[in-house]
Parts: sequence; C-alpha cells; structure tokens
Amino acid sequence: MAASISLSLSLSPASTPRSGPAAARLGAAFRSSSLSFCGLRREVLSLRSVGSADSRRMIADLARHRAAKIVAAAENNGKPAKFDYDLIIIGAGVGGHGAALHAVEKGLKTAIIEGDIVGGTCVNRGCVPSKALLAVSGRMREFQDEHHLKALGLQVASPGYDRQSVADHANNLASKIRSNLTNSLKSLGVDILTGFGTIVGTQKVKYGKVGFPDTEVTAENIIIATGSVPFVPKGIEIDGKTVFTSDHALKLEWVPDWIAIVGSGYIGLEFSDVYTALGSEVTFVEALDQLMPGFDPEISKLAQRVLINPRKIDYHTGVFATKITPAKDGKPVLIELIDAKTKEPKDTLEVDAAMIATGRAPFTKGLGLENINVATVRGFVPVDEHMQVTDADGNLVPHLFCIGDANGKLMLAHAASAQGISVVEQICGNDNVLNHLSIPAACFTHPEISMVGLTEPQAREKAENGGFPISVAKTSFKANTKALAENEGEGIAKLIYRPDTGEILGVHIIGLHAADLIHEASNAIALGTRLQDIKFAVHAHPTLSEVLDELFKSAKVNSGVMSSVNEPVAV
Amino acid sequence: MAASPSISTPFVSRSLLSSSTVSRPQILLLPRARSGRQAARIAPISAKIREIFMPALSSTMTEGKIVSWIKSEGDRLSKGESVVVVESDKADMDVETFYDGILAAIVVPAGESAPVGAPIGLLAESEEEVALAKAQAHSQSQSQPQPQAHSPLPVSPPSPPASAAVTTPLAVSEVPRKTVATPYAKKIAKQYKVDIGSVTGTGPYGRITPSDIETAAGIQPKKPASSPAALPVPQVPSPSAGATPKAPTAVLPPIPGSTVVPFTTMQVAVSKNMVESLSVPTFRVGYPVTTNALDSLYEKLKPKGVTMTVLLAKAAAMALVKHPVVNATCKDGKSFTYNENINIAVAVAIDGGLITPVLQDADKLDIYLLCERWKELLKKARGKQLQPNEYSSGTFTVSNLGMFGVDRFDAILPPGQGAIMAVGASKPTVVADADGFFSVKSKMLVNVTADHRIIYGADLAAFLQTFAKIVEDPEILTR
Repeated sequence: MAASISLSLSLSPASTPRSGPAAARLGAAFRSSSLSFCGLRREVLSLRSVGSADSRRMIADLARHRAAKIVAAAENNGKPAKFDYDLIIIGAGVGGHGAALHAVEKGLKTAIIEGDIVGGTCVNRGCVPSKALLAVSGRMREFQDEHHLKALGLQVASPGYDRQSVADHANNLASKIRSNLTNSLKSLGVDILTGFGTIVGTQKVKYGKVGFPDTEVTAENIIIATGSVPFVPKGIEIDGKTVFTSDHALKLEWVPDWIAIVGSGYIGLEFSDVYTALGSEVTFVEALDQLMPGFDPEISKLAQRVLINPRKIDYHTGVFATKITPAKDGKPVLIELIDAKTKEPKDTLEVDAAMIATGRAPFTKGLGLENINVATVRGFVPVDEHMQVTDADGNLVPHLFCIGDANGKLMLAHAASAQGISVVEQICGNDNVLNHLSIPAACFTHPEISMVGLTEPQAREKAENGGFPISVAKTSFKANTKALAENEGEGIAKLIYRPDTGEILGVHIIGLHAADLIHEASNAIALGTRLQDIKFAVHAHPTLSEVLDELFKSAKVNSGVMSSVNEPVAV
Repeated sequence: MAASPSISTPFVSRSLLSSSTVSRPQILLLPRARSGRQAARIAPISAKIREIFMPALSSTMTEGKIVSWIKSEGDRLSKGESVVVVESDKADMDVETFYDGILAAIVVPAGESAPVGAPIGLLAESEEEVALAKAQAHSQSQSQPQPQAHSPLPVSPPSPPASAAVTTPLAVSEVPRKTVATPYAKKIAKQYKVDIGSVTGTGPYGRITPSDIETAAGIQPKKPASSPAALPVPQVPSPSAGATPKAPTAVLPPIPGSTVVPFTTMQVAVSKNMVESLSVPTFRVGYPVTTNALDSLYEKLKPKGVTMTVLLAKAAAMALVKHPVVNATCKDGKSFTYNENINIAVAVAIDGGLITPVLQDADKLDIYLLCERWKELLKKARGKQLQPNEYSSGTFTVSNLGMFGVDRFDAILPPGQGAIMAVGASKPTVVADADGFFSVKSKMLVNVTADHRIIYGADLAAFLQTFAKIVEDPEILTR
C-alpha cells in the first residue's frame, strides 16, 4: 500500500492535494472485507484476489487514471472546486451503498446521508428478510410433500415450526446484513451522515431531523437514492395487525388462517409461498385480468399451474379492492371489491388478514426538489438515460442524479446499485449508459422464477417495429439430470432471440434455482455475447446450468450468414 | 338452500355427526389452563341450540375421553365457565364455554370417548329450547347406539323421514347469510362435487372450512387410524357413572366370567410405546455399585429435601456428560443424534398408569434446584397436569424399583431414547477385597438397557464405570 501511495504521488504533481487521500482510500478499499448483498458489486474483492505484484500495478493504473481525470476536471472548471465532498449520496440503501463503494474505488471523497437505518428497504424490509422466510417455507414444503419425500425414500414425521423462531431468523439476518453493510461503508472511509437530506441548491445539501435540516454540506455531485415505501391505495386502512404491508408481514407476528393478498406481483407471490407453507390459505386480489401480470405469459401460465392451483390459494382477477377494513369488534377483515372495468361492486371478502402488495411508491417527499425547480412525476424523480435529473422545463440539472426506486426506472435493489455505479462512471468522465434489459429479476418462490430482457409479447412488438425476425426456444427441467435427481423436474426455460443475428432478447426461467441460473443469460446480454458463441461454452455435468446450455444449443441461428457479419464482442 | 318447509317436525331423527345438509350450529370450547394448549376458534352463530363438541387439545389429538362433566344437565352456564374435563394423551384439561346458556343435554357421558369435532353436549339458549335439545340429544343417542370407538363417523345419515324437506335449516331462522368459504374449501368442494351453498360453516365467523366440506362429502377428516381396542366390547353398564371399575384384566375373551376394561388414553399411549420398542435391538449390561458413601450423603441431605431418586438422576446425568453417546438417540437407523441437553426422565407410577417426568438439564442444575423441580413435577404428574415437554423431552431414563426390595430388573427402552437405567435395591453384601479381607458393603445392582445400533457394550461399560465412581464418591453431586 505504501508503494501505491508513492506511485500516485509521483504521477501528477497537480493532483497532489487530493490524490494522496484518494489513494489512501483506495488502499482502504483493498483492505476492507467487502461483502456483496442484493447484487452489490464485488469488484473490490476481485481485485484483491490477484497477485500482489499485479495488484500494485493495477493500483498504479487506477491512480494514474484518477490523476488524469482530476487534471481534466480542473481544466473544465478553470479552477479546482472547493467542496466538502466529491460525492454525496442521499439514502444508504442498496443503491446508495453500491454507488458509494464504486465511488471510493474511483477515488472520490464520498458521504452518504441516511435518516433511517443503513440498508434501506432491501436489507431491512425487503429482499433480505423475505429470503429468510422463504428459506423456511421452502423446507416446510419439502417436509410436507409426502409424495415427493416418498419418491426419494425419505420419512419425515409431522414437521412443524415455531413462528417466533422463524421471525427471529428473518430479523437476525436483516441486522447481520445491515451491520455488514455499515461496516463496509465505514471501513472504506465513507462518511455516514445521520439525518434526512434536503437539497437546498445546486451542489448543496442540508441534513438533520425531519423538517429541521441544520447541517449544510456541499458536494461536486449529488445522487438521490431515497428508494420507496409500500404503496397503499386509497380506501385501504392499514392497522399493522390484520391489514398490513410487506413491512409488517416480514415481522411474521402471526400466521393468519386465511389471508388475502392484494396484488399478485413478485412480492405478493413470494408471500403467498411463505404463508401457504406455514399453513395459511390465501386469496389473491389482482386488478389486472391475469395473475402475475409482469411475467412472460407462458411463464405465468406455468407458474399458475405450479404455484397457485395445487396450493390452498384462490383469486379474484380484474377487481380493485376499494375498501379494506381491519378486523375489529368481532368482525373479520372486510374487503370490498369492484370490477376493474365497470366499477360496479362485485364482491365482499371476509378474511382474517389482508396484505397489501400493490407495488411501491417512491419516497421523495421532503427532498427539497422544489428548490432546484424539479417536479416529480407521480412521486418519481425524472431522469435521463444517465440517471441525471431533469427539471420542470425538461433541462438537465447539473451535478444531480437519481438512482433506484426513486426514479422508478426498474425497481430492483440490484438495478439501483447498477445505476449508482453507472452514475459514478459518468461522474468520472466515462460515458456510461446502463442497459436495463440486461438486469435480471427473480421471484424466490418454490420453485423460483427469474427473467432478463424482454417478454415474448414485448419482443414481438419490438420486432414488428424494428422489422426483424424473432424466434423462441424452450427447454424443460424434466430433461435435466440434476433436476431429476432432486425430483424437481417441474419447470421450463424460455429464450427469445433474433435468429438473424443470434442476439438474446430475453430469457425466462421457472424451475429449481431459477434465480441463480439467470445470470448466464443476463451476462450474455450485458456483454453482447451471441448465441452462436455462447453455445460452445462448456457446462459441468450434471448441473442445473445445463438447462440453459440446452436452451442456447436449441436456438436456430442463421449462422451461415452470421459468422461473417459477426460484430466484435467486448468480453 | 331448498326452502320448502312442508315438514312439521322441526327435528328429524338424524345423526348429528353426519350433518351433510342440516344446519349445524356448533359451539367451540376453549380448553383452559390445565395444560396450556388452546384450540382458539370461534363460532359466532346466532342459533338457539348449540352443539358443544370435542375440542382438539393438541395437534395430534384425534379423540378425547370425557373424564367428567363439571356441570350437569339443566345447569345454567355463563361464558368462560368450565363445563367438562377432557382427557387427552397424558393430561386432563378443563374446557370452558364461549356462550351463556343452559346445558340441555349431555350427548357423550363421562367415561366415553368421542372424536375431535363430534358433539358431546347441547347448549340451549333459553328454557324453551331445553326440551327441543333433549329431543335432539335423544334422537342422537338412538341413532348412535354404539360407542364411538367402534363406529367412526357414520358416512351416510340414517334414512330421513319420507319428505325430502330435511334440508330446511332447523331451529335457526336467520336472515340468509352470505356464504364464505376458504380457498381450499372451495377447491375440495369442486373436487368432491359438494354444493357449497348447502354446507354450513363451522370455522371462524361461520365460514366454511375444508373440514366442513370433507364432512359434507362424507369423508373422514384425515387422521391416523384410531387407537386399538378393536374387539367388539360390550359397553360397561351405566356409562354415566363415569369411572371404569378397576377389575382384573382378562387376557383372552374365551375364559368365562372375564371382564374387559378398555385402556385409558394414557394406557393406550403406554401400550403403543411398548410395542414400538420391539423394533429397537436392545441389550443389557449390569453393574454392581457400592452405595455406602451415597447412603451417608443421602442421610446428610435428607433434611434439606433431597431424595434418592434425584441423587441417582443427578449421578446418571453427570456420568452422561462424559459419555455423550449414551445420551444420544438413533432416529433413522443410520445416524447418531447427539442431544445437546441431558434430560433425565424418571419413571413414576401413577394411578392407572406410568409417566416419566423429565428433569431437564440435570447435569447443569445443582442438586437442590433439581429436588425442587422434581417436587413440582411429581405434583403435576399426580394431577395429570404435566405439559408435553415435561414428560416427553427425556434423553435418558432412570427407573428405580429399589424401594420395593427388587434387587435387579431390566427395563424396556422407551422410543426416542438411547438408554434406560434400571436401579435395584441397595443391600448389605459380604465382599472380599484383594487381600482376602471380608467386609460388609451396601451394593446396588444397576442394569442399563441400550439401543445397540448406537451404543455398544464397551460404551455402556465405560458409562457404568463412571457412574459407579460418582456414586462411590458422591461429594461431587452436591457441587
């Protein structure tokens, strides 16, 4: 590390005042036990793994790069800017964390403002604790599936669970991940400023108690990463006990005999998996005509066959829940349904509990956006493709970016993180546009569902507009040795691609460990790998990854023409 | 609902258990504190006559026996009062009512059993309904001459009187209520082709539950095969007397003049466990232990409330610390399951049965605490109030017949444990030492039965050696 500092010092005298600490922070990055959560990037770790000589050289390279950038920045401004920080991130969720990590790696002096607890929704009230509950539900399912156990020759006597211990598991996991996250920020030298951040002007942020921001800090660039909160439609009364959102449900304070889940997206679906495994009966209320509206139709059809029909679940589609009254005075929870199209009253449900999973609303109030002439759109902060904020007149706001759920482009933890990294690249002078079609998504039901890129209807529409052909290939888990060994042959993988170029447009998987399998496809899309190339990649046998191997191989690319036209691929 | 109330008799002779179409208001009872577990479901149906039915006192309970009715027919009940005592596997529980009313009829008298969910009594709202309820109970008992144990839920109702109008809701002239059925209930209704509109819900808020559909479809709710006693046994006369007479048990029916007394629930459990134990390959190792030191320690500690049983349990626990395999269990025939805690079950004979209260963490608690714990357990055992974890969490059992003068015996290994120790009486014995000097020492024979799949001869020998050392130098027990 000492070597790296002296190197960087010698590189560019002009940048001496700032490159010194920058390199030191860089060193910190290398020392830290950087952990990766919810799709956080782990490149710091990957650098660590190279040999010491190599790593020194790489640090030198990085330092040189950094120095060059500073010179460029200085030239642009005429004089070096005087700011408290190079970058301030408002919101220490997964997006803010990802951005901070990358900013430190790039040598930026970074602060992160958090008014609640580090980790945001994902770690505290979302992906992380729900995975703990789903881990329990997956095992319960295995133990309860007599047919399946028998086929494997297993005998399990009356499986049961202790609700409190299950809830503790979820809670413990969240606090563990939270402290890991906090430690990683601290060890990298990111300043964690406690309070709610408000933008008071260009490159200026105040933070402190809600409504009383008292400390002002300045930064060359600001990233808004304030995330989202559960969206509760009008007329629904949340009491946190019998009518609640995922925030409460994750605490698993009780397991109702019968619960209605309003919204059949991935949050609703995951909770239906948890609740039915723990003995509840579930009723879905979905405004659209079909359950699981976001998924590829073929996948949602199979999902319905595997995840809904055989379970203690029924559903009402094409209806809005206009009024939900919590259980009180000896009455159950009442849900009034109206037809989504005619608005006529349709039905009333009486259940023990209702969970609202109708999506998430951006958390952007009190950000002081009015101070810089930015108007939110349904609460979302408008941004361009570089995540740079646009103001009410459609002009770009300099030095201000917004990532994650707050901009609403793709409300996934790892998308926020990827956007944050993209913004940091942009700040450092590398033009970077994140390809959102390469961001995978997963639903952790049993079996899991995962997807990347376009659904078939989306791809067909695009193909029609763009005047190119598309094809679809499918493989089944039933043909996969490993899946059969696990006696979990239920599932398919589906590939949507261009037969003329071999470009992958979308991949959708439902089946055992689908969430882990999708990355081969998302990497291929991100790197622009073509089917005619990826199909030669070798997969270990017998593994579930062969489902994708089969899928790529079964694609019929018009290769005779293509091999000559093949574009160079950056790998 | 078919609404043609042409029939004049409001109550048809029809089994209450088979309510495929008859409106069946029910009352659910809440078992009270005697043994913790509560079947908290509510059935707020505004009917005038409610059925009191057998509550599920535990997740495994399929059938319960009425120990006694605290209230008698004609008694006025108020919400929250205890009505009946029900015997489950190993504990008796008071069961209280959710509703005010008059106990109009007792359908299942004391001493008899009924499956979970079967009506055991009728609760009338007012004096007027008492007669009706009695008639209902009468028809019920007529259509059900056999004791429960021999006739599981009748699948089809006895042929109703001529008119088909029996589907009219009886006694309940309520405003027609919206039918609420749970998702799974709807699913199986389709599967079994049950018209959901014709089913009366017994679940929370009167909703139709999967088991209502199963009942309506004439399917016995899933439960393990009912307990033994499959022989056609003539019912003991005057069942309302309650207590079954303690008569010598006959072995085989052909012997003239024999009396058959069915097992109590506890005896059924013992019987089941004993038969199960036959599937475990056990062996036995005996060991003589000199108890002079232990006896004098006992004399010293007796004023402080220390008993020999607890001393022995403690000694066993301390020996087990050094031989964890003896504290292990073989669950699947393929692996050792090492138990983290050392919980010593001690066999106790109680009136009409046998129970094994457990001294949990006997190795860790000091002897005085253990003795206090033991006294509590004994008290609860006598009152049949032990919680399941207080009699089923043992990892090693001690059985002592020494106080009866038994010098040695061998015990049957209880399912789920690796070893059991049978302790005989301590007797003065002439012993010769290595130099040929004779002396008289108190010797006690202990005999351990163990599961040879996980515990081998040498293991037991080593364990017994440790045990003997502790007993022969027992000061360590008080530390």
